[in-house]
Amino acid sequence: FWSKEMSEDVSSLKAQLEEKKNEIAILSRKLAQLEKGQTSAPELHHKVTSLNPLTEKPALSREDILRYSRQLLLPELGVRGHLNISKTSVLIVGCGGLGCPVAQYLAAAGIGRLGLLDYDEVELSNLHRQVLHGEENQGQAKALSAASTIKRLNSSVECVPYHLQLTPDNALQLVQQYPHITSVVAIATSSNNVPTRYLVNDSCVLSGKPLVSASALRMEGQLTVYNYQGGPCYRCLYPVPPPPETVTNCSDGGVLGVVPGIMGCFQALEVLKMASGQGSSCSQQLVMFDAQDSRWRSIRLRPRQPDCAVCGEKPSVTRLVDYEAFCGSAATDKCRKLNLLSKDQRITVQEYKCLLDTASPHLLLDVRPLVEVDICSLPFSLNIPLSGLAERKEDNLLLLRDRISQLKQQMAGDCQPAVYVICKLGNDSQTAVQVLEKMMSGSELSNFTVKDVIGGLMAWATIIDPTFPQY
Amino acid sequence: MLPACGDNMAAPVRIILEFGGGAELLFDGMKKHHVTLAGQEQPWDIKQLLVWIQRNLLKERPELFVQGDSVRPGILVLINDADWELMGELEYQLQDQDNIVFISTLHGG
Ligand SMILES: [Zn+2]
Repeated sequence: FWSKEMSEDVSSLKAQLEEKKNEIAILSRKLAQLEKGQTSAPELHHKVTSLNPLTEKPALSREDILRYSRQLLLPELGVRGHLNISKTSVLIVGCGGLGCPVAQYLAAAGIGRLGLLDYDEVELSNLHRQVLHGEENQGQAKALSAASTIKRLNSSVECVPYHLQLTPDNALQLVQQYPHITSVVAIATSSNNVPTRYLVNDSCVLSGKPLVSASALRMEGQLTVYNYQGGPCYRCLYPVPPPPETVTNCSDGGVLGVVPGIMGCFQALEVLKMASGQGSSCSQQLVMFDAQDSRWRSIRLRPRQPDCAVCGEKPSVTRLVDYEAFCGSAATDKCRKLNLLSKDQRITVQEYKCLLDTASPHLLLDVRPLVEVDICSLPFSLNIPLSGLAERKEDNLLLLRDRISQLKQQMAGDCQPAVYVICKLGNDSQTAVQVLEKMMSGSELSNFTVKDVIGGLMAWATIIDPTFPQY
Repeated sequence: MLPACGDNMAAPVRIILEFGGGAELLFDGMKKHHVTLAGQEQPWDIKQLLVWIQRNLLKERPELFVQGDSVRPGILVLINDADWELMGELEYQLQDQDNIVFISTLHGG
């Protein structure tokens, strides 16, 4: 007979052993996952290469059925629809605020292949909306960062990350590779500059692919499916590009991250409907989302235009052209640099720093909008937004006159007071100098010298004061 | 007896003007404007409406909104939730209670 103590020892040992076994199982699983992850880490492509055909799945595995059971149960989708999705290749142009949710939901739904194209690296200011990238991915190619996250979500999705810029030389070759097996291919674009939009559109028309296009800015979003089932293309709607000075991008205008998130999810939805065989209902439709008023609006668009330059009856665009020349702007999302003033009307941030160091009397006029001044400003600056100057708002002019006459009193003799105009990047400040000079010649203001600071506060932050915030 | 309006004088037209996609920034950030266009002999069309907007609502930088006698490229005009191309563009004659939307295409992402 075992004593009572002995039998207690035995059961305690058994329990401990069981616990250790569980620990070993967890560790083995972790190890296997890591090893699998390392071997299947997506390889970054720096140029367009030809891809192998997707390996076609003849039927669903037991694991597939478990994994996708909730969408298999949808009568609109079913097994056939799901298999169609798993045979579909999608090229996503831009792994930003729209591209991230598009890739995420397509991967989760079991898409066959995702081409992830972006020529940028992950920056801290991307993270509020580009939800596939994490803090540890800063400095990494966006395409690779997105592909790694997608792989963790669904390892059966084939990811092809492209770290390159889409150009007239590589776009057609790239676009033609999507699809491989089914005839359904969607190109989701979140490219946010005008030349790239025309380039992607023309590539889709010339290779017969639908384009699921969306955009988001501030608190608004827009979505249209172009070149689909006989519907219009982007050029049918916008035969002439907008003047470059009317185009606002996210770094100028701001955007609430969830707005591209919603629009990107909407793009993923339309791609899945097309891929599964249900078809998109957004051809010849513009869907607009106003996040402020929580309002969706669907607009009936013009049909395909017979005189369209690329998809019309007698197209003049039969191969890709120079889109930067066509649009009069660069195919980049970076900000434009204006050159409105002569050299002697401008000073560098270094020169301005000297003025400060020598305590030279002057007025620093910050012409950014109030919302930006709230983010950061130089403490001794006077803020009058450019719009207030341009509209000659009376209280703004009064303030300016006051400060200039104060400055005059401080100065000895009949020296002209100096005003230096600053903004974020050195574009608005040039316009402001022109506005002020006009007011002086119209004697709305007494005379003073006025110059702008080249490169604005962001140049100040990079060159003079690294503790000054950048945005 | 009160003097009657001229026989061929049309009644004033009340319309709702909307601006979106950033176009509202040219109009003090106001997205929606309830507008009454005075009665005139000829019916109001979009071409005349553009002139009216320039005179009455648009204060600064008209080149960001109009080009020649039409809207600038990149602005889509919607008449009662349809692309104006389907409705006759500049020649469309305004009806009472029409909803006219000017939407600037977005380029962010
Ligand atoms: Zn077209």
